[in-house]
Amino acid sequence: MKNDKITLAHGSGGKLTHELIRQLFLPNFSNEALSQLGDSAILQFNGARLAFTTDSYVVKPLFFPGGDIGRLAVSGTINDLAVVGAKPMFLSAGFIIEEGFEMSLLEKVVNSMKETAAVAGVEIVTGDTKVVERGSVDNLYINTCGIGVVNNGVNLSISRIEIGDKIIISGTIADHGLAVISERESLGFSPSIKSDCAPLSGLIGRLINSGANIKFMRDPTRGGLATTLNEIVNTKKYGILINEQNIPINNNVRALCEILGYDPLYIANEGKVVIVASANDAAKVCDILKEDDLGKDAEIIGEALKEPQGKVCLKTVIGGTRIIDMLVGDQLPRIC
Amino acid sequence: MKYIDEFRNGTIAISLSDKIAELVKGFRKITIMEVCGSHTMSVYRYGLKRLLPPNIRLLSGPGCPVCVTPVSFIDTAITILHKFANEIIITTFGDLFRAPGSSSSLEKEKAKGASVVVVYSTRDAMKIAEKNTDKKVIFLGIGFETTTPTIAASVLEAERSNLNNYFVLTSHKTMPHVMEALLRDKELNLDGFLCPAHVSTIIGSRPYEFIAQDFHIPCVIAGFEPLDILQGIYMLLEQIVKKEAGVKIQYSRVAKCNGNPTALAILDKVFEPCDVEWRGLGLIPKSGLKLRNRYARFDASKVFRILDFGFRIDSGIQNPHSASNGCICGDILRGVKTPSDCKLFKGACNPEHPVGACMVSGEGTCAAYYKYGETEP
Repeated sequence: MKNDKITLAHGSGGKLTHELIRQLFLPNFSNEALSQLGDSAILQFNGARLAFTTDSYVVKPLFFPGGDIGRLAVSGTINDLAVVGAKPMFLSAGFIIEEGFEMSLLEKVVNSMKETAAVAGVEIVTGDTKVVERGSVDNLYINTCGIGVVNNGVNLSISRIEIGDKIIISGTIADHGLAVISERESLGFSPSIKSDCAPLSGLIGRLINSGANIKFMRDPTRGGLATTLNEIVNTKKYGILINEQNIPINNNVRALCEILGYDPLYIANEGKVVIVASANDAAKVCDILKEDDLGKDAEIIGEALKEPQGKVCLKTVIGGTRIIDMLVGDQLPRIC
Repeated sequence: MKYIDEFRNGTIAISLSDKIAELVKGFRKITIMEVCGSHTMSVYRYGLKRLLPPNIRLLSGPGCPVCVTPVSFIDTAITILHKFANEIIITTFGDLFRAPGSSSSLEKEKAKGASVVVVYSTRDAMKIAEKNTDKKVIFLGIGFETTTPTIAASVLEAERSNLNNYFVLTSHKTMPHVMEALLRDKELNLDGFLCPAHVSTIIGSRPYEFIAQDFHIPCVIAGFEPLDILQGIYMLLEQIVKKEAGVKIQYSRVAKCNGNPTALAILDKVFEPCDVEWRGLGLIPKSGLKLRNRYARFDASKVFRILDFGFRIDSGIQNPHSASNGCICGDILRGVKTPSDCKLFKGACNPEHPVGACMVSGEGTCAAYYKYGETEP
């Protein structure tokens, strides 16, 4: 690899992260389940299909409007299981704690994990604790793994997407990333922006049980909606056109993005899902989402088109079009 | 969002687009330069080129602060980081973080352990200085008249509050002089300037008047929203078609003839004109701003004695290692070539591994071409 040091951009979920995965992890760990690069690995086991996933949580600050690292660690892993069509069952929790960390804060985080798991009907069944010297980590990191079961008849796969399929987002974008940034930088933006961090297994479970023709789902976390859509069309024989006008976004999020020079399309979500559904069933999917508080702002935002192949295009609010590429590096605030 | 969405109205955009097409129907090819990087970004972000008739060509000018910051400036900051490793913290605007020097960038230095912090304003940099009294905090001051008053204000505030560990390393530039340099360039053939919105809120419209009078090139100060730009282009075309040349203000809700006298007074108190190097354009006399001698104790280039390292920022003589091989950023900044003319574009030079500065900054022409695709007819 060209850069001989890891930079923050390798962890941003954008191009350099993908480069790292494709050039280092994939060739070395090479196997069928990994090569799918799904949110969870799907494993065949004694006739059953298991979904297995892991994620590490290093969010700073640990507490932010709308959530905390504990809620995030449980929701994030549950969502990675849910979007592959699995019913989340069991979670592990690994804590890496900095020497001197306040016990009361750890209790708060653990309680938040307990509540979130309970809401989603998931049990935390195994764990690990490590304490490291002051300065070796920043307060607290959490890793969670999750196992879920994919029921018979559920078949979600990027390869099922066809030209004409509709793209649906379950609600407003960029809330989580902006909530964390404004809390971390003490921007004092009022009213404060709340993270959307939430477990989506209930919502997604109802969608799957509805029998609607859903082709594929992914939660647009790191790298945001733009990155998720690019991951979908990458190397495919179709493209995606989304309509800027239809993308739901909270006004205060939009305003803060304007001020900081951020593009909300690239900002993380932690309680949203992108759904690709057949054109016939898209409205039905949207209706089911809207019945739930977590999906009340759902919208059909675009569709899969023949051209331009392998690219995501945006029809802008004023009627122009532009290509939405994958995020390169971390988004940086602009000078002016 | 109030006062923004009104300027992104699709219906009005289409009707403006129709009016523009009608005005220049059958007219020769017209070349307009949008001087400012924020205009370039807006043009791409909203897909504006698709709303313009094929005989109008938009050229991106040298108004992206990161793009025109010379390699030697970044090399200087990195050299200071190396020489005074444990004593200093470098604070910078986000865009400059990834800009390539001759062999490294601030981002790479941070990954190696150097103290580099991205800040939103000089206020943040000063807070860092207040909290870290055992360190010397350097703010990297780049940019045009939009940002320079805030840096001037920070120097005055540091003086008032006896903040003795705050310094600025500057490569500030001013707008009208570079536009004059472009007009004297024989290779360029421009019909009009879309003048920057925010710079003009500070300097007003008068500093552009010589362009209309001496060079007979019309200027319109336009806002950054899509309707601002379309209306600004329309106001330019009206003049071009009638062979008139004046300075008009489309962005009248903010920019005034006399600019912002308070900001200008602060600017003048702290800074004085100097010759400065522009990446790709070379040395342009009196087109830069440096700290007046009275504020020398805040001037990082003096305090850290960068001349001793062999760098001469204000002289325009670059570090011999700083020439980028094959990079045509200079020609792109002058508007005589487009990124597609560059053999490095999308190959050796891409946003992950930028060779030239136009690829680094989100406002840079190459980055905009790369990100949004080229749609020029």
